[in-house]
Amino acid sequence: MREQDVPQEGNATLAGHRKAIYAVGDDGKLRLVPSRGWEVEEIVTRQAVEDLERRAREARERVRAGATSPLEYHMYRARMDLALLSQTTGLWRWRVRRHFKPRVFARLPLSLLQRYAEALGISVETLGQVE
Amino acid sequence: MVTAFTHRRGSHCESGVMSSLLHHHGLPMSEPMAFGLSSALAFAYLPCIRINGMPLVAFRMPPRAIVKGLQRGLGFGMRFETFRSPASGTARLDALLDAGKLVGLQAGIYWLPYFPPDLRFHFNAHNLLVYGRDGDDYLVSDPVAEASTRCARKDMEKARFAKGVLAPRGLLYYVTTPPSEPDWAVLGRRALARTTDIMLRTPLPFVGVRGIEMLARRVERLPLDGGGERARLYIGHLVRMQEEIGTGGAGFRFMYASFLQELAGKTGHAALDGLAIRLVEIGDRWQEFAVAAARMIRRRDALAPPALAERLRALAGDERLFFQELRRVQRAWAC
Repeated sequence: MREQDVPQEGNATLAGHRKAIYAVGDDGKLRLVPSRGWEVEEIVTRQAVEDLERRAREARERVRAGATSPLEYHMYRARMDLALLSQTTGLWRWRVRRHFKPRVFARLPLSLLQRYAEALGISVETLGQVE
Repeated sequence: MVTAFTHRRGSHCESGVMSSLLHHHGLPMSEPMAFGLSSALAFAYLPCIRINGMPLVAFRMPPRAIVKGLQRGLGFGMRFETFRSPASGTARLDALLDAGKLVGLQAGIYWLPYFPPDLRFHFNAHNLLVYGRDGDDYLVSDPVAEASTRCARKDMEKARFAKGVLAPRGLLYYVTTPPSEPDWAVLGRRALARTTDIMLRTPLPFVGVRGIEMLARRVERLPLDGGGERARLYIGHLVRMQEEIGTGGAGFRFMYASFLQELAGKTGHAALDGLAIRLVEIGDRWQEFAVAAARMIRRRDALAPPALAERLRALAGDERLFFQELRRVQRAWAC
C-alpha cells in the first residue's frame, strides 16, 4: 500500500483514535502511517459487536418471558459465551447452564452471585435484573 | 517512576512493546526489526481453538514469541513473573515501578478502559508497558495508542488477571541486563531461515502456506443455510484477524516488508529490497481479499465463499513462491 492510499475514512469503531499501519512513501521506503480507519474494518467490527448485541437482546426477551435468567443476558452483555463465563468463574459449564434457569437462579446464594458479578464486572444488584 | 521515557508508537502490541523496551535500554530497534528478527511472521489456521465460537486464524507466531525470540537472539537478561493472587501481582508491579523499572505486562483488552468500547473483546494476550505510578493510576505506554495514557490500579489488576484462553496470570517482564549492539547480518540470516521454514516446511497441514490452503478449503465449503448469516460471521472473523488486531495492515505482511527493507539497508544485502516490494504487493492482495469479504458481509455483493476461497488459494501460491525466493536469497547471503 502506498502512503497516499492509507485509508482515512473515519472508522467509527475507533472512537476517534488513530491506528498505525505500514505503507510505502514516495521515496519507496516503508514507514508507519497513522490511519483514521478503513471502512472494511468498521464493517467487520460492527458485525461482531452487533452479533453480540443481538444475542443479548434475544436473551433479554427470554428473561422477560421467564425462559432464562438475567445471568445469560449479562453474559452476552459482557461479550462472553458459556465457555468463557465458565472459565472465568471456575464453575462447570453444566452448572452455569443450570443457573440460566430462572427458578435456580432465584435461589442462588450470595457467594455465587458475587462470583458471577465479579467475573462479569458488574454489581450483584445489576446482575439480578435486566434493563 | 522511570525517568526519560518516551512513548513510541507501534502498530502491534508485542513488537511495539519490545521495540520500546529495547530503545529505552539503549538499543534502537524499530518495531519491524523486532518483529522480523524474532521470526514472528507466520500463518496458522487452528480450528480446534475457538474464539467466541470461531476458529483461531493467526498471521503471526503465538503470543510471547517476539519477546522470547528477541531475548534468545540478542542474549540480554529478562525476567518473567506470574502470580497466583492479584494482590501479590499488583504489589510486585508497584515495587518494580518504585524501583524505577520499565515493566511490560500482559493484559486482557476487555478490561482496559482506555480502549475504544467497540474494540474491547475478550482477548487476553495484549501487551503494554507501565512506566510509573501516580497515586492510584498507572502511567501506561500502550504502543497501539497514539499517546501515553493512564489506567486505574483496580482496572489494571482486573485486566492482568483476566481468565480464559491465554490467561495472563498477572505476567510481567522487565530487562535485567541491557542488550548490546548485535551483529545484524547474523541475526537477520537466522531469522529469515526460521521464517521460511515456518511458512514452507512445518510438518503440520494447518501452519504456513499449507495452512492458507486448508483455510481456503474450509471457506469453500462454508454452509449457506439460514440466509448465510453464519458464513458472513465466519468471513468477517477472518478479516478481523487479518486487519483489526493491530497487524500493521494485511496480516503483518506490510510490517515484514518493512523489516526486509530495513535489514537490506543495515547489512547492505540489497536482494532483500526487491523482496520487500514483492511482499507489499502480496499484502495488497490480502487487503483485496478483505474488501471482497466486507462487500459480501454488507450484501453489496452476493455471498460467494468459493470466490473468496479462490483468492486465498492464489495468495497461498504467491506466498509459496515468495518464501521460496526468500529462502534462496537467504542461502546466497554469505557472511
